[in-house]
Amino acid sequence: MNRDIVFATAGFVAVVAALASVPVFAGPYGVTLMIGLLGYVTLASAWSLFSGPTRYVSLATVAFFGLGAYTVAVFGESLSYPLLLVVAGLIGLGLAVVVGLATLRLAGVYFVIFTFGLAELVRQLVTWYEVNMTGTLGRYIFLPVTPEGIYWQLLALAALTFVIAWAIGRSRIGLALKVIGDDEVVASHCGIDIARVKLALFAVSSVIITLVGAIQAPRWTYVEPSIAFNPTISFLTLIMALLGGANRLYGPMLGAVPLFLLFEWLSANFPNHYSIILGLLFIAIVFVLPRGVLAFVEEHWTRLRGNDTRAGKGAAE
Amino acid sequence: MKTFRRRQVLRTTALAAIMLAAGIANPASAQDRKSVKIGYAISKTGPNAGGAGITTLPNYQLWIKDVNDAGGLELPDGSKLPIEVVEYDDRSSSEEVVRAVERLATQDEVDFMLVPWGTGFNLAVAPLFDRYGYPQLAVSAVTDKAPQFVQRWKKSFWMLGGGHDYAKALAAILAEAGKTGAINNRVAMVSVADGFGIDLVTAARPAFEETGIEVVYDKTYPVGTSDFSPMINEAKASGADTFVAFSYPPDTFALTQQAQVASFNPKVLYLGVGTGFPAYGKNNGENATGIMSLGGIDPNNQANTDYRKRHEAVTGTAPDYWGSVITYASLQMLQEAIKRKGLDREAVSAELASGTFQTVVGETRFEDNQLRTLWWTGQWQNGTFVGVAPGDRAGVSKVVLPRPEWKQN
Repeated sequence: MNRDIVFATAGFVAVVAALASVPVFAGPYGVTLMIGLLGYVTLASAWSLFSGPTRYVSLATVAFFGLGAYTVAVFGESLSYPLLLVVAGLIGLGLAVVVGLATLRLAGVYFVIFTFGLAELVRQLVTWYEVNMTGTLGRYIFLPVTPEGIYWQLLALAALTFVIAWAIGRSRIGLALKVIGDDEVVASHCGIDIARVKLALFAVSSVIITLVGAIQAPRWTYVEPSIAFNPTISFLTLIMALLGGANRLYGPMLGAVPLFLLFEWLSANFPNHYSIILGLLFIAIVFVLPRGVLAFVEEHWTRLRGNDTRAGKGAAE
Repeated sequence: MKTFRRRQVLRTTALAAIMLAAGIANPASAQDRKSVKIGYAISKTGPNAGGAGITTLPNYQLWIKDVNDAGGLELPDGSKLPIEVVEYDDRSSSEEVVRAVERLATQDEVDFMLVPWGTGFNLAVAPLFDRYGYPQLAVSAVTDKAPQFVQRWKKSFWMLGGGHDYAKALAAILAEAGKTGAINNRVAMVSVADGFGIDLVTAARPAFEETGIEVVYDKTYPVGTSDFSPMINEAKASGADTFVAFSYPPDTFALTQQAQVASFNPKVLYLGVGTGFPAYGKNNGENATGIMSLGGIDPNNQANTDYRKRHEAVTGTAPDYWGSVITYASLQMLQEAIKRKGLDREAVSAELASGTFQTVVGETRFEDNQLRTLWWTGQWQNGTFVGVAPGDRAGVSKVVLPRPEWKQN
């Protein structure tokens, strides 16, 4: 078992190192592409940290993402860059704790609706504040951060998210989460402090999402609420995580990478049919891979190896 | 079993990463010149598609057709090369527009890039235009910060003025009319809580104060508001002769309708974006007369009249009365600069900054990389939205106040 961990660690470090060297030989477009890719990998992984095991579908991704971007826009002039990220993280943490305390008792569809509303609420609050307090709606971000710098920061954050997800999966809290996801009543009877576990996970996941927004914001130069709080980000994150399989360590990544590259390919080659193709694709995903790519592959793997009697049922899916 | 699978996944991931990187690093081959590549990313879908589809995209299409019908872009040696278009949809997303422009510059290696629609998007792509050395003729971007942007991005050009320009012109007209006793000096004002509305209203407050105009009603409403009757009633009760709305197109159309329903007849009615849309004049017919807004045209400029006819014939719709003609003029400037200097982007940028150009809006040139000869205020007169300010510009029409009362039909 121990050897496996060493092996996996070495592989992980090698992959991260290989990715870190990408800007050296890839052109500027490659870096741009990788920034978008890593951004979504991190978002999907962070989303799955909380939503995977607990099965609470959150549409609040963009609330935190936009908050991070806005923090950078507001304090960009007055704070040094590393401090800026710390402040962004703290603000994300603050919001996550307040929201978490108030709402993690909600379940099912109520939670989905609430989180969708939260994104809109944050956006309207920011708009209200800017309109009535500062009298400008757009803010400018002029930070001396290069695309390579953004890429490396995102890579570090992605790696960190991955490690956190891995660590949680092996810890007591990970086990507790799985129990909560399966049955909350049983979990509370086992003596698990449901509220606290959920809150902790929600906070970690939200801080990471906030940081993704903060790191990416300097690429836009100009931020206004409709740009920072674009709900598409929430939906894309959700779909990527679900495609890969939100319950597994590699799931979100395996969803985000192909989907992002597909989006890119579609928008480069079929700019006018993008939305139609995308819609058809989503329908296909829901029908063919309702539980994610990894689950699909595993199922078929076992069926190939043994004479699984469920083969007929699988084909019908 | 489990670890085996994990290792496999890791290995596949690493392999995929390497392959991806190799694919990206692949350099583009040299191109032989049979055409001039012009690229742009524009919002064809999403919330920005409305504005882009009226002001920007039809003019790109019209210009490309005009140029290619004439045999192509003329170069300094007199030869002509047809335009080859690379078009992307930014889907109204900042991240997407940045990536699309990066793709245009580094993958498609276009010779020139046209700008996206909107202030935010023009700013988002400005660092990229600058880094890759493309001149940026930003049209649909209203900003007071243009002088600073020019310092930062030397090849950027800002062509639609800033909120202060429009607000000051309006304040001057109101103050002038107030002096003659045509209207009282009270103004009721509403604005949409979004970029355009906030910029304008923030500029208008001090501009009104300076000229001695009293703002008796000042409300901001959220984007997507559809019922304006409470605001109209309060404005009506405020006793102001002037009603100003810094509004977006749907609000502009709704305000016009609801003001008629409420028989609200301010002597001066100034509305925001959308007033200059051809559909606005068509929908409101005679009732549009006297309504003021941003932009306008010189009705006696033959080049502009021809342009409007051609626009309608080619794209199927008439151009709007504000940004459209400037968009087309920006393309003509680019075309002329290429004719004078060739495809060297550095030389073309320098020529744009210093040269004088003959375009559909007349003789055009930049002052400190900004277009300053613009119509700051326009008014519907006899079915045309004509420019009424600045008053000292050639081709100006005289502002007619007060506007006639609504005709009920």
